Amino acid sequence: MRLKSEIRGFVVENFLYGKDDGFGDNISFLERGLIDSTGVLELLAFVETRYGVSVDDEELIPDNFDSVDKLSDFIARKAGNGN
Amino acid sequence: MCGIAGIFNLHGDKESAMLTLKKMVAIMHHRGPDGAGFYCDEEAGLGHARLSIIDLTGGGQPIHNEDRSIWITFNGEIFNYRELRKDLLARGHEFYTESDTEVIVHLYEDYGVDCLEHLNGQFAFAIWNKNTGRLFMARDRVGIRPLFYTFSGDQVIFASEIKALFMDRRVKREIDPYALDQIFTFWMTIPPRTAFKNIFEIPAGHYMTVEAGSRKLNKYWDMDFTPDSRVRAEVEWAEELRELLTDATRLQLRADVPVGAYLSGGLDSSVITALIKKSSDTSLRTFSVTFEDEAYDERVYQREIIEYLDTVPSDIRCTYSDIGRVFPDVIWHTEKPVLRTASAPLYLLSGLVREKGYKVVLTGEGADEILAGYDIFKETKVRRFMERFPDSKFRPLILKKLYPYLAHSPVKSVQYAEEFFKTDTAGYPDEYYSHFPRWNTTSKTKLFFSDAMKESLGNYSGLNELSSLLPDDVYKYDYLSKSQYIESKTLLPGYILSSQGDRMAMAHSVEGRFPFLDHRVIGLCCKMPPNIRMNALKEKYILRESMKDLLPASTLKRTKQPYMAPDAKSFFSGDTPCYLDELLSERNLQSAGYFNPKAVSVLADKCRKNAALGFKDNMAAVGVISTMLLHDMFIDNFDSKSKGAADRAAEDKRYAIKV
Repeated sequence: MRLKSEIRGFVVENFLYGKDDGFGDNISFLERGLIDSTGVLELLAFVETRYGVSVDDEELIPDNFDSVDKLSDFIARKAGNGN
Repeated sequence: MCGIAGIFNLHGDKESAMLTLKKMVAIMHHRGPDGAGFYCDEEAGLGHARLSIIDLTGGGQPIHNEDRSIWITFNGEIFNYRELRKDLLARGHEFYTESDTEVIVHLYEDYGVDCLEHLNGQFAFAIWNKNTGRLFMARDRVGIRPLFYTFSGDQVIFASEIKALFMDRRVKREIDPYALDQIFTFWMTIPPRTAFKNIFEIPAGHYMTVEAGSRKLNKYWDMDFTPDSRVRAEVEWAEELRELLTDATRLQLRADVPVGAYLSGGLDSSVITALIKKSSDTSLRTFSVTFEDEAYDERVYQREIIEYLDTVPSDIRCTYSDIGRVFPDVIWHTEKPVLRTASAPLYLLSGLVREKGYKVVLTGEGADEILAGYDIFKETKVRRFMERFPDSKFRPLILKKLYPYLAHSPVKSVQYAEEFFKTDTAGYPDEYYSHFPRWNTTSKTKLFFSDAMKESLGNYSGLNELSSLLPDDVYKYDYLSKSQYIESKTLLPGYILSSQGDRMAMAHSVEGRFPFLDHRVIGLCCKMPPNIRMNALKEKYILRESMKDLLPASTLKRTKQPYMAPDAKSFFSGDTPCYLDELLSERNLQSAGYFNPKAVSVLADKCRKNAALGFKDNMAAVGVISTMLLHDMFIDNFDSKSKGAADRAAEDKRYAIKV
């Protein structure tokens, strides 16, 4: 849960500029218009620096990054793999 | 090149009109430091700030016809004035100057408003005809020179710059929330709207007539992309393009002062530089911007052309803090918020031009619009291509071809890129297919608007106003022509030629000239088959073909790198400009009322941390800063900003002319 709330905190601060509008953890960032094309790279920088995981280009896909749920699963999986 | 001003429907109040006109001209001193002139009768007053380029001694304005019943105040150049003058002389007209301005007066005598059809040039002017009691104001075909107007009672007040209108104390100064909505969507206001309430501009290719009790705005020219019915070989198009561009360059070199050129290192400015060298034996000085930040720097390409064409180079090296430092001056001249800082280096560059003793430069502006050079045209092609076979695994790979030069490219992940380009265009008419992704991304910056702003805007959308600019023919065009038309009607006059063009050059009394925007060149390019403007994904294909022997192969092959400058970084890395903290303080933001102070403060923190900033953050940061600067200088502190001009009008001998 802490992971999800951290991701959520990052998204609210960086893409909604501090104003949480209560979007669901399963909501697609892309469809919701939360992130623009470079927003993905901001998320990537956050994941790499905050959680110390390294992300391959082929892992940088909506399946891993496009909602709070998906991203927390991805980070947990990577961390579990010893990354 | 100059600044013009005027007041119409004076009803005999000459004295106060003259006082106001002098102040209007004085605040445009930068547009014309070489002289000032006025005309005033019972009904109309005209003013002029002069930058002398043609007929240095005799071309003072306003200028009149033979019997002094028709008067003109003119800003710009008529490049074919020698040919027109010869015809007019043959028709019995008498000239008292050698200037291009006088040609218009006599043409107007013969043809009335149709005189516009004869002019090859870049201009904004007002003609007062005492015989008919009619004021006639016009702007060039593509909007190179500005012309603003407003009303006070039944009086019409007009000028080259908005700040001159504000020198008439009756004119209210208020930023228009709908204009902000448009700028934070389209990067520009849709003419005749400007950033200020009740201040209007004559749209490109339009003229206005005003007489007792009536005023009419008419379009006299437009781009026509209806394809040429003749079947022509590619080589014929290439030859004709080269001939016309050569002739346009030849005409635009006409001046009684030396002419230089801007050289970015890209294809367009290199073409113009090469054509100048070809038509003249004298040495040519070129002016370039280089950047401290290598991501924006093009000096390697500039050097190559400088050596190849043997020009005398001058450049300015632009740092982040340079941009932040001059930004208030930049906004004083753009007179509207901007979402990019790219105007600032051009402001610095025109300063260099002036310092080197030049008043005129030729540039490559306009080629990207008329010959399909911008990425937005490629992007449209790629999106169409992908949509035809949505399940193809290979088609998205073509996205890799887009934006290879961007460090933070969305194309880093093909799957993501695919998602971004599969934009949901629901609710957008098909004619906006090409521009929708750009406008959609830009609109996200409105997240920073205050609740009060959002409330006052309600469900407002600028699209309806934009649609009013589109003639019926546009709907028949192929998609490339459609997107080129929209680009040429929006960003070209509303940003490129104004905020990056006239206003930045004239801030330092420098005139820009644009051979690609000769209306004969535009006419030719519009008639070409779309696939020779962009061949596969090769932008400006036909231009490259037509210039093959004039430029090095590397320049001809180079993919377009859009001219950009560092945005948010210019304010938040290294030396923060001294005005920034106060400008973005909660109290200041609250009192101006446009933006949400909390959101701006989060954004500023994000910028300070130097995080990987996206387009939206960069545009929002520059948009907020420029809007707040505009508010500070034009709404809160205009009196102190304009005091120097008021003093000059009262004290400078040149303004003491009796009418």
